[in-house]
Amino acid sequence: MIPEIGHFAIVLTLFVAMAQGILGTVGAARGIPAWIAFARPAAHAQFLLVTVSFLALVWSFLAKDFSVLYVAQNSNSQLPWFYRMAATWGGHEGSLLLWLLMQTGWASAVSLFSKQLPDAMVARVLGVLGWVTAGFLLFVLFTSNPFERLVPGAMDGMDLNPLLQDIGLILHPPLLYMGYVGFSVVFAFAIAALLAGQLDSTWARWSRPWATAAWLFLTLGIALGSWWAYFELGWGGWWFWDPVENSSFVPWLIGTALIHSLAVTEKRGSFKNWTVLLAISTFSVSLLGAFLVRSGVLTSVHAFATDPGRGVFLLTLFGAVVGSSLLLFALRAPKVGLGGRFALISRESLLLINNVLLAVAASAVILGTLYPLLLDALGLGKLSVGPPYFNAVFVPLMAPALLLIAAGPTANWKSAKIPAMMKQLVHPAWIAVVVGIGAPFLLGRWSALLAFGIGVSAWIASAVIIGIVQRVRATRSGLMAQPRSWLGMHLAHFGIAVFVAGVTVVMGYESEQDLSMMPGDTVMAGDYEVTFRGVRRATGPNYESEVGDFLLSKNGRAIRSLHPEKRAYFSSDMPMTEAAIDANGLRHVYLSLGEALGDGAWSVRVYYKPFVDWIWIGCVLMALGGLLAISDRRYRLKRRAVRKQRTAEGAGA
Amino acid sequence: MKKRHKRIAIIAGGLAAVGIATGLVLNAFQDSLVFFFTPTQVSSGEAPLERHFRIGGIVQAGSVQRDGLTVQFAVTDNANTIPVSYTGILPDLFSEGKGVVAQGQLQGSGLFHANEVLAKHDENYMPPEAQHALDEANRNTSVRGPKPL
Repeated sequence: MIPEIGHFAIVLTLFVAMAQGILGTVGAARGIPAWIAFARPAAHAQFLLVTVSFLALVWSFLAKDFSVLYVAQNSNSQLPWFYRMAATWGGHEGSLLLWLLMQTGWASAVSLFSKQLPDAMVARVLGVLGWVTAGFLLFVLFTSNPFERLVPGAMDGMDLNPLLQDIGLILHPPLLYMGYVGFSVVFAFAIAALLAGQLDSTWARWSRPWATAAWLFLTLGIALGSWWAYFELGWGGWWFWDPVENSSFVPWLIGTALIHSLAVTEKRGSFKNWTVLLAISTFSVSLLGAFLVRSGVLTSVHAFATDPGRGVFLLTLFGAVVGSSLLLFALRAPKVGLGGRFALISRESLLLINNVLLAVAASAVILGTLYPLLLDALGLGKLSVGPPYFNAVFVPLMAPALLLIAAGPTANWKSAKIPAMMKQLVHPAWIAVVVGIGAPFLLGRWSALLAFGIGVSAWIASAVIIGIVQRVRATRSGLMAQPRSWLGMHLAHFGIAVFVAGVTVVMGYESEQDLSMMPGDTVMAGDYEVTFRGVRRATGPNYESEVGDFLLSKNGRAIRSLHPEKRAYFSSDMPMTEAAIDANGLRHVYLSLGEALGDGAWSVRVYYKPFVDWIWIGCVLMALGGLLAISDRRYRLKRRAVRKQRTAEGAGA
Repeated sequence: MKKRHKRIAIIAGGLAAVGIATGLVLNAFQDSLVFFFTPTQVSSGEAPLERHFRIGGIVQAGSVQRDGLTVQFAVTDNANTIPVSYTGILPDLFSEGKGVVAQGQLQGSGLFHANEVLAKHDENYMPPEAQHALDEANRNTSVRGPKPL
C-alpha cells in the first residue's frame, strides 16, 4: 500500500509540474495575476508530494518490503538499517527520485526566498523549473519507476553493491545532485530573463547566490566522490579522469566560469550574453553528465543498469533543453545590449581570461570524454583516452588561470593601474619565488614542475592573506566587518591554494609499492616502517573478512597497528578491499591487502601519500567560501531597496 | 586605448588562447589514444608492437599462474588466446572465467606485458570491451553453438 501511495504522489506531481510550467510562463507573458500567483504554492506542493513519495520508498526499504522490485534489487535483510536507508538512492530508480526531491526542493526554496523579486519573474522562473521537473518526472514514470512491484515478492533482497556500503555513498549522490540540480535554478533564471527580455544587473544579482549555492554543493559532491574512491575503492588515487568523474567535473568548470562571469554582469553589466550562455551551458552539461552516467554508455560503479530506453529518453530531454534554450538565446540575446565598457587592464579583462581558460579546459575534457564514445557509437573502433591526455591539456591551461587568481582581486573594475597592482603583488611574488624554490629542497626532490606548483600555491595563499590584511587596515574595521562575499571569494581562493599544494606534493613525493610480504617483513613507506604481522579471520554483520595486522613505526618507535581487510559479502561472490590508513593531516600511510600468495605471504599495497588530505581540505574551503559569499547581506535586500537601486541605475544609464 | 583596438586585442588574445589550446589538445590527443584490440586481432598481427593498447576477453580457465607478484594468464575470445603477464596486485574481481581488460604492450615474443589490469565494480558485470571481443569472435567463426556467456 505504502509504495502505491509513493507512486501516486509522483503521478500527481507531474500534473502539478505541468500546470506550473504552463500557467507560470504563459501567465507571466500575458500578465494574468491568478496564473502568476499559482506558481509559488505549486512549487511547495510538488516538493511536498515528492517528499511523500521519497519517504514511501525509504519506508519500503526500512520495512524490508521485498515485493518492491527496486528494494529487492538493492537491499537485503541483513543490511544494517542506515545502509538500507541509504540504499534508497543506491540504485538508478531511487537516485532519480532523489534527483526529483532535490529538483522540487530547489524550486520550493526559490519560491520561499524570492520575496524581493517581482511576482511575474518568480512565475517565469518557477514555470521553467516546472518544465524541467516534468521532464524528469516523465523519465521516472516511464522508464525508471522505483515503486514497481515484484510478483511474487522475493524472500530476501539481492543486497546493496558492497562498494556502496559506506558513509561516502550516503552523502556523495545527494551533494552531487544538489549541485547538478541547483544549476537548473540558474538556468531557469536565465531563461526567464530571456523570456522577459530583462537581462540586467538585477537579474545577475538574483542568480548569483543560486549559482554559488549550486557550485558549492557540486564542489563538495565531487570532493566526496574523490575521497570515496580513495578510501573505498582501494585504488589509492584521488582522481582518475574517469569519464564519470569528468561528467561531474565539466559542470564544475563551467559553473566556476559562470560564478565569475555573473560577478562581472552584476557589478558592471557586461558579459550579459556570455553569462546567459554559461548559465544555459552549465545546466546542459549537468544533463549531459546525467545522460552519460545513467544511460549505461559509460561503464563504472555508477552505471547501474543498461537500458537503451533510458538513454534515448535522457538524450531527448537533453536535446530539448539545449535546443529550445539556444533557440531562445539566438532570438533574444542580440537585443540585450553590451553593458559597461572596460579597459584592457581591468578586472573585467582578467575575469574574461579566467572564463576563456575555464571554458577551453571544459571543452578539452568533454572532447576526451566523448570522443571514444562517439567513435564507438559510429562503429569506427574502440579506444580510450587516458590520464596522460587530460594532464597534458589541463595543467598548462590551468597554470595561467592559477597565476591570475592572485592578480584578479587586486585589479579595479573598468580600468586598473598596473603599478597599483604591482604594489599589492610584490610581496606575494617574493614569497612565491622563495617558497617555490626552497620547499622542494626541504621535501627531498627538486623539479621545475614541483617548484612551480608549490610556488603557485604560495603565491595565491600569500596574495589572499596580504590582500585581506591590507583591506582590514585600510578600512580600519575588523575582519568580520568586511563584506561577506568578498571574504568568501578570498576563502575560496585560499582553498585553491591548499588544493594546489596538496596535488603538487602528493604527485611529487608519494610512493606506491606493490609487495609480497611474509609475516615479520618490514618495509619503508616515506620515513615510516611498516611491519607485517600476519592475517586473521573475522566475521562482520553481512560479510566474512581476512584482517591484516600491520605495525606502523618511525625510527623503531611503534605508532599504531593498522588493519586492512579483505571482505567477502555473503550475498555476493564479490570480494572487497578495505584499506587501512594512518592519517595525520600531513601524510597518509595507506595499506591494503592483495591476496594470499601461499606460505603465509600476502601481496600488499603500501602507499605513502604526503599532503593528500589537503586536496579535500582545499575543496571544503572553496565550498565554505561559497557559503560565506551567499550569506552576504546584499542578497537579502528588501524589494523596496532593490527597486530604489534599479531606478538609480536606470537614471544613471 | 581606443575601443576598436581593445576589441582587436581581446579577439586576438582569445584566438591565441584557443589556438594554443587546440594545439595542446591535438598534440596530447595523438599520443594518448589507447586503442582496443581483440585477441583475434592481436594474433592476426593487427596490433602494433611499439604502442600501448588494450586487449579484452575472458580469463581462460586454468591459465592463471602466480610467481610472487607476477601473474601469468591467458585472455581469450574463445577463438584465439593471448598470453598476458602482469606484475602487481590484481583487482578484486579478477578471476578465471570472468571478463577482463588489460592495458600494456605486446612483446616480440607474442606475450602481452600488461601494466594495468582494469578494475571492475560488479561481479555480474561484463566489461563491454571484453564482450565486444567475444561477439566479434563469435560472429567470425561459423561454428554454430551456444553463445559464450
